[in-house]
Amino acid sequence: MNRKFLPLLTALAAALVSCKQADTGSDSQAGAHENALVEGEAVTEAKVVEHYAELVSATYEDALAQAKTMQADVNAFLSEPTAELMQKARDSWTAARLPYLQTEVFRFYEGPIDDEDGPEGLLNAWPMDEAYIDYVKGNAGSGVVNNVAEFPSIDAALIESLNEKDGEANISCGYHAIEFLLWGQDFSADGPGERPFTDYTTADNADRRGDYLRAVTNLVVEKLEGLVAEWVPAKDNYRGEFLKLPTSKALEKIMTGMSMLSGFEMAAERLNVAYDTQAQEDEHSCFSDTTHNDMVYDLVGIHNVWTGSYKGLSGPGLQVLAQGLKPELAGELGSKIEDSVAAAKAIPVPFDQAILGEDDAPGRKAILHTIETLEEQAKLLVAMAEEMGFGVPISEEEG
Amino acid sequence: MIYARRSTFHALIWLSTASIAWSDDRLSGGDTTVFVTNDKAFARPLANISRLTRRQHTVGNSFFNQNWVASPASTTSRDGLGHLFNARSCSACHVRDGRAEPPRKGEISLGLVMRISLPGRLETGGPVPDPAYGLQLSERALPGLKPEGHVQVRYEEIGGSYPDGERFSLRRPIYDIVDLGAGPLSPDTKFSPRVAPAVHGLGLLAAVDEETLRARADPSDLDGDGISGKVNMVWDYEGKKLVTGRFGWKANQPSLRQQTAGAFVGDLGITSPLFPKENHTTSYAELHKFVSMPDEEQPELTAKILQRVTAYLQTLAPPARRDVSNPNVKQGQRLFAAMKCASCHTPELKTGDFHQLVELRNQTIRPYTDLLLHDMGEGLADGREDFEASGQEWRTPPLWGIGLQERVNGHTTLLHDGRARNLTEAILWHGGEAETSKEKFLNSTKKERSALLSFLQSL
Repeated sequence: MNRKFLPLLTALAAALVSCKQADTGSDSQAGAHENALVEGEAVTEAKVVEHYAELVSATYEDALAQAKTMQADVNAFLSEPTAELMQKARDSWTAARLPYLQTEVFRFYEGPIDDEDGPEGLLNAWPMDEAYIDYVKGNAGSGVVNNVAEFPSIDAALIESLNEKDGEANISCGYHAIEFLLWGQDFSADGPGERPFTDYTTADNADRRGDYLRAVTNLVVEKLEGLVAEWVPAKDNYRGEFLKLPTSKALEKIMTGMSMLSGFEMAAERLNVAYDTQAQEDEHSCFSDTTHNDMVYDLVGIHNVWTGSYKGLSGPGLQVLAQGLKPELAGELGSKIEDSVAAAKAIPVPFDQAILGEDDAPGRKAILHTIETLEEQAKLLVAMAEEMGFGVPISEEEG
Repeated sequence: MIYARRSTFHALIWLSTASIAWSDDRLSGGDTTVFVTNDKAFARPLANISRLTRRQHTVGNSFFNQNWVASPASTTSRDGLGHLFNARSCSACHVRDGRAEPPRKGEISLGLVMRISLPGRLETGGPVPDPAYGLQLSERALPGLKPEGHVQVRYEEIGGSYPDGERFSLRRPIYDIVDLGAGPLSPDTKFSPRVAPAVHGLGLLAAVDEETLRARADPSDLDGDGISGKVNMVWDYEGKKLVTGRFGWKANQPSLRQQTAGAFVGDLGITSPLFPKENHTTSYAELHKFVSMPDEEQPELTAKILQRVTAYLQTLAPPARRDVSNPNVKQGQRLFAAMKCASCHTPELKTGDFHQLVELRNQTIRPYTDLLLHDMGEGLADGREDFEASGQEWRTPPLWGIGLQERVNGHTTLLHDGRARNLTEAILWHGGEAETSKEKFLNSTKKERSALLSFLQSL
C-alpha cells in the first residue's frame, strides 16, 4: 500500500457521502475493520477508478448516439440531396464531434481506442489525403470516387482496406473524411469549404460520392459501437480488465491520458505546431473551420475526468483523490485545468486566422497563453502522479 | 609499440588516482545523454535541451512523423507528396528514429532505397543521373501513376568457419530491378542500395570541428598502419562549393540541413528552398503524362519547416551505455581496442564550440565513428562512386545505440544494405582496411568473441 494515500480518508469522507456510487457497495463499512485506514483508502481509489469507467462509457455512448444522428442526417441528405439537408448533416457532424473530442483524454494508455488494433487512426486520422478520396482543386479526376475502373463499387470494407494500403496509411476515412465530403476544400480566408450539394446530384460520379460518404459514415458508427462495447459494464471486455487492474495501475492510465493530451497532443502537436508554422489550414478541422472545438472540447474532456462529471453524470473524479493526497497541489492543478479550458475558449474564431500576424496579435497571444497554460498543467499532472507513486509521460517519446 | 605501452601504463596510474566520476563511460553524448532503454531510446530530445529549442524540436517531430499528402490539399503545409516517392513520411523508414531493414520477399521496400547513376562525375563531383530515372529509384507514386520500378532482394548464402571450427554463414544480396516504368536501365548503370540509418545523435556529429576530422584523416596511410581515413569533399548546394561531407553512408552530405532537404526531395518528392526541383526527370513525366506543380506552388516545404525538421534531427539524443562495469563488457572493450576496431570506430570525440545550438557545444561524446571514408574491400563494395568516395569506400557508421536497435526496431540487421543479420555477421563482412581487424576477430577464442559482442551490446 502506498503510504502517501494515508491522509486521504478524513478528507474524503465528505466527498464520498455525496457520491452516487458511495452507498451502493457493501465495502463502505471499512471503518469497522482494524485496518480501516488502508481499506478506506483502497475503497476510495477503487471508487474513483470505477467512476472513471462509468464516465468513459457515458462519453462514448454519447459520441455514438450523436454519430447515429449524424448518420441519419447524412442518409436523409443522400436520399434527397438539397442544400438544406446538406446543412443539417453538417450541423449534426459538428454536434457529433463534441462528445467525441471529449473522449480523446481516454487515449495514450493502450486502451481500446489506441491499443495495437484500436480504431483511432480510422476515426480521427489527420491530415486528410483529400486527393485520395475525391476531386481537388487542379485535379478534377482524382480520388477513389472518380476512379471507377479501379474501384467499381465503394463500401466500408473497401475504405477500411485502403487505409492499410502499402503498409502506410492513406488517410481517407474517419470524421475528417466525412467533413471533407460535406464541406469540401476550404480556400476561403474567413469561412469554411463550400462544396455544393450538386456534388451529390448532377456532378460527375455523384452517386459514387454518395456511396463514399454513406460508407465512411457507417464506418465511424461501427467503430464507435466497438468502443462502447469495450466500456459497457461487463466482465469479458476492456472495462472488466481495467477494473481488475491494481488501482494504482488504473490511475496511472487515467493520468497518462490527461498528461499526454495536455503536454503532447494539445500543447505541442496541435497548438504549438500551428502557432509556430503559421500555416493556415494546418489545423485539424480545416474544411468546416471548427478547429476551435478541437481545442476547447479536448480540454473539457480533461476537466471531465478531473471533476468526475459528464453531462448528467457525476461522481468521484480524480480531484477527490488529489485533494486528499496533496491539497495545495490539487488546488493548483484544479485551477490550471479550469484556466486551460478558459484559455482555449478565448482563442478567437476561426483558429486558422488566429495563428496569423505578429506575435502581439490578439489571436497569437491567446494561443501562446493556452500553450503555456497547458505546459504548466502537464507539469502539475506529472507532479501529482509522482505523489501518487508513479510517473506519467508528457511527450510521445516518453510513452 | 613502446609508446603504446607507456600510454597504457600512464592511463592506469591516472585511473587509480583520479576520481572515476570524472570520466563516465555511460555518457555517450556528454551532457546531452539520455538514460532510456525502451523502444523510444532513439526518440528523446537532448537531456540538456532548452525550452525554446524544445519547442522547435516538437514542431520538427510533427513533420518528421506525420504522413505527407498529395497536393493540392487543404493542409498546405503538409502537402506536396510525390508524384514519385519512396515513403510518405520520414518516420515510415526511420521508425522511432531508428533503423530500417531491407524488404522481405514480396514486399515493396520501405527503408531501403536504390541509388543509381551512370559512369563518370558531374561538374560538382557528384554522380551522373540516369536520363529517365534520375539518381534514385522511386518505388511509389501517387494514385494512377506508375512508380519507376521495384527492387527485389534475394540472398546467396556463403558458408565459412572460424579457425576453432565453429561455422558461420553470411548472406550476399542479389538485386533484381523489376517493373521498370520507362524501359530498361543502361547496362552501365551503377547501383548502391542504402538502408535508412538511425538518426539519433546527429547534431553532436555535426558539432565536431572540421579540424578534428582532418586531424584523424590519413588518406595516403602515411603512418603505415594499413588504415587510411579520408574526408569526402561534397557539393554544398547553398554555398555552391565543395565542402567536407559527414552524413550518409558515403559521407556525401555536408550538413543535416542539406541531408534533410535531400531526403525530402529524393525520398518523399517534396521540394524545398534548397532543392526546388521535383525528383523525377522531365522524360519520365512526359512519358507518364503528369506535370509538376507550377512554380508558384513551390517549394512544398517552407524554409521554416525545413529548419524545424533539421532542428529535430540536431536535437535527438544518443542513449547512455548500459552494463559498463560488467567484466565481460570490460574485456570486450579491451578487445575492441586490441583488434584495432577503435582505429575507425573512434570511441571518443569532442565537439567544438561553434554550433549554433549551445546544447551541442564542448561535449565529450562517444559515437564510435571517425566520420571518415575507409576502403572496406571487395565484399562490401557497391562499385558506385559518390564524390570522393570510391566504390569500395564507406563512411564509418556510428555505433552508439547499436545495442538498443533490436528493442527500438525489432530487428538486428546491419550494414549499408542490411545484409548482416546480426553484429557477428557485420564484423565478418569487414574487409579492406579492416581486414586485419576481422582476422583478429576470427582468430580469437569463442569467449573473446562473445566478450566483444557484449561490449557492442552495451553501446
